[in-house]
Amino acid sequence: MKWWLLCMGLLMTNAHAEMTEQQRAVHVLNRLAFGPRPGDIASVMSMGVSRYIDAQLDPDSILLPTEYRQRLDALTAQTVPTEDLIQALRPDKQADAEARKQQRTELIKQVAEHDAQLRLVQALYSPRQLQEVMVDFWFNHFNVFANKGLDRVLVEDYERNAIRPYALGHFRDLLGATAKHPAMLFYLDNWQSVGAGTELFRPLAKAGKSSGLNENYAREVMELHTLGVDGGYTQQDVTELARMLTGWTFYPRNLGQRDDGFQFNARVHDNGDKQWLGYHVASQGEREGEFALDVLAASPVTARHISYELAQYFVSDTPPPALVDKLTRRFLDTHGDITQVLRSLFDSHEFWDVSNVGSKFKTPYQYVLSAVRATGDDVSNIRPIMGTLSQLGMPLYGYLTPNGYKNTADAWENPEAITQRINFATALATGHLPLNREPDMGKPAPMPEIDAGDLLSTLGVSISAQTRATVMSTATDRLRAAMVLGSPDFMQH
Amino acid sequence: MQRREFLAGLLGMGMVAVGSSAWALRTPVPTQRKLIVIMLRGAVDGLSVVVPYADNNYYQLRDSIAIPRPNIAEGVWDLDGYFGLHPALSALQPLWQQKKLAFVHASGSPDPTRSHFDAQDYMESGTPGRKSTADGWMNRLLGVLPGATTPTRGMSLGTVMPRIFMGSAPVGNMAAGAGALRQTALDRPQVNSAFAQLYQGNSKLAQLYQESQDTRQEVMGAMDKEMTAANGGAAMPNGFPQDAARLAKLMRNDSNVQLVFMDLGGWDTHINQGAAQGQLANHLQPLGQGLANLAQGLGDLFDDTTIVVMSEFGRTAKQNGNNGTDHGHGNVMWLLGGRVNGGHVAGDWQGLDDAHLHEQRDLPVTTDFRAVLSQVAERHLQLSDAQLNKVFPDMGQINSHLQLIV
Repeated sequence: MKWWLLCMGLLMTNAHAEMTEQQRAVHVLNRLAFGPRPGDIASVMSMGVSRYIDAQLDPDSILLPTEYRQRLDALTAQTVPTEDLIQALRPDKQADAEARKQQRTELIKQVAEHDAQLRLVQALYSPRQLQEVMVDFWFNHFNVFANKGLDRVLVEDYERNAIRPYALGHFRDLLGATAKHPAMLFYLDNWQSVGAGTELFRPLAKAGKSSGLNENYAREVMELHTLGVDGGYTQQDVTELARMLTGWTFYPRNLGQRDDGFQFNARVHDNGDKQWLGYHVASQGEREGEFALDVLAASPVTARHISYELAQYFVSDTPPPALVDKLTRRFLDTHGDITQVLRSLFDSHEFWDVSNVGSKFKTPYQYVLSAVRATGDDVSNIRPIMGTLSQLGMPLYGYLTPNGYKNTADAWENPEAITQRINFATALATGHLPLNREPDMGKPAPMPEIDAGDLLSTLGVSISAQTRATVMSTATDRLRAAMVLGSPDFMQH
Repeated sequence: MQRREFLAGLLGMGMVAVGSSAWALRTPVPTQRKLIVIMLRGAVDGLSVVVPYADNNYYQLRDSIAIPRPNIAEGVWDLDGYFGLHPALSALQPLWQQKKLAFVHASGSPDPTRSHFDAQDYMESGTPGRKSTADGWMNRLLGVLPGATTPTRGMSLGTVMPRIFMGSAPVGNMAAGAGALRQTALDRPQVNSAFAQLYQGNSKLAQLYQESQDTRQEVMGAMDKEMTAANGGAAMPNGFPQDAARLAKLMRNDSNVQLVFMDLGGWDTHINQGAAQGQLANHLQPLGQGLANLAQGLGDLFDDTTIVVMSEFGRTAKQNGNNGTDHGHGNVMWLLGGRVNGGHVAGDWQGLDDAHLHEQRDLPVTTDFRAVLSQVAERHLQLSDAQLNKVFPDMGQINSHLQLIV
């Protein structure tokens, strides 16, 4: 009875308590960043939480440390231009095909590793953390699957040129950049869509090549990217939009000759009239697709869909309806200015409501990144991270279908996940993941074991007093840091 | 109806008991009956799986991706004089001949959505058209099964808990691939006891931790001897045929495993689907081989097992402009098992002429997927009407003439 009263008392106090400055700092580092690195909590507290948020919303205002910038430049310099990759991957009909095939397989592996390295170095070490968080958010929103054919060599360019520059920009720009990027045109097949009755329709059909309408992108752009699945469109709207988008394509051989690779091919564009979402669309060539994206980006239905997803990602698996309303209004008032919508979100009392703090179950990506960040390890070999993400069901660039990875607990919270996370935490904390050697450099230097005291001070109040007590009183030295990273507290943020 | 089924079950049991030990007599029948559901995510082209080769429209609708008629090069394997099986599924021919494989054509969800995500959601929640259902039908099924619940009674293969198994009944999961059975840090007693202590208490994750440990213990216990003996502890290659073989071993050695779910992706063939060979065939081949491995690996247990293969919807009857097919409606469901009334293609087949196509483009759904599943639940798992209503609450009365279970 007494125990029960005490619990009730604590709950009551908690619900009304103001968060301490450290709690607020931990909360923004958990949600606007991939968790604290050593010293981060103190530095956010000293600059002030609201100034930290302002800076994160204006990433260009944050200076990049020289060492980080050099590292990134060095990596970027190694990026092989897309057109060269496509050239290298083109099947060779000459003899010695087997050797060429092996070369190609090796090249694809190198490209995948390079892409992953670029993504992970930025996500782990960029001081512009919110931008990295938004890259994760938008990449899943506009997902492409790297293992589909040409996308193997397009995905890095897609993230760098279609997602990252607009992650905190205007939604319409983001929508347009993804729509026109070869990675998306290829992934959702629009590049091969040909209007019926066009000049090329019959000759292509005869040659057994692409000869008709493909509605794949037209459907997903409404269902996933803009209006949402209950957005009120019909099968007819899907088909009509596919017709409007005929001719939006790219030519693999010509990549590199134009900045973005996008081409409009008037010869396969369906010039007939269309009836789409209540609009009568007369023939306007490429402009029809732009018009469609304008309409979709400005729709209140889209505003609500995006607002819901943002609130779900940043606040709660079941976002408070009042918050979604507020963000929807902000989205419409600012014509889809993502920074302004996020500012409203971070200002909202829902974001700061204690019941929403520390309550999201981390995705594998968030879990692994936050663990590595907390250790302060300097990662030069990302293979163990790539492997762990795959094992946990979230390989980088590896989600097959266009809806992207979920960020809700129902997708990730299960018994096997707990076991695997604990195994990863143990390997990481006891120095068994070779994160510190260049690939193929032979036996790794031993990784340092992580000191539990340092780790606990890095993580601050995100690790509860009870967990701290258990860790410090019961574990052997070698296991303490593993227990912190494998604790229930650290699975959530 | 229920009563008759029940009596038939008792009679069957009695006959078994005559020649077997008294232990068998005491074991309740329902817990021995197994159900494995395999979901093909991305909408497999059912018209290429069970091909209506006797329907001329099929060849007119698909000039470059149709599978040829039987007895010619790369042709289908004749099933019944009208339908033929994709040649990449040849591993399943013996099961058809033994009448342990049946199909239900033109089946699927009554909801008309062509969204993968909605359609999968409905097929897994078991409530087409209703988004608010929080749990999955296999979890509800787990909840109503008679007998004691154990950590491995419901098992999902894969690291992500699927919608179909979400809900209040605890479900175990095991990673697919060889890595699932490697020794891990948590298998070391010292690590294990440290984390056990950490997860004690009221954390909502504590229960998950406990479940994960119980499952692990049971699975490793069941697999240990056989793994070491057969493979010297070496990792086996990944892929469905191997996963299926592993699953069979697990089920053979752990009699508690009763409901199993796994999913396979890669069926969304909008472009260059291929015909007897090609993209789709390359996916069907390991699927067929894996199912054959599963049937063989289960041994006697196969007699008590029903395997259902399903996909969220079918694909357009007519091929598209890219030698592929787009999102359609009706599809084919597959049933395998010792008690399956096999060797026939069930369902209400109406042909592929314009008049019978759904919205002039897709195979219609003439059999609700829940009619198939509820017959399996009723006749194979011996659920009562009341239990069945809990698993498929919105179904109402579906009159079907299906005879899918012996």
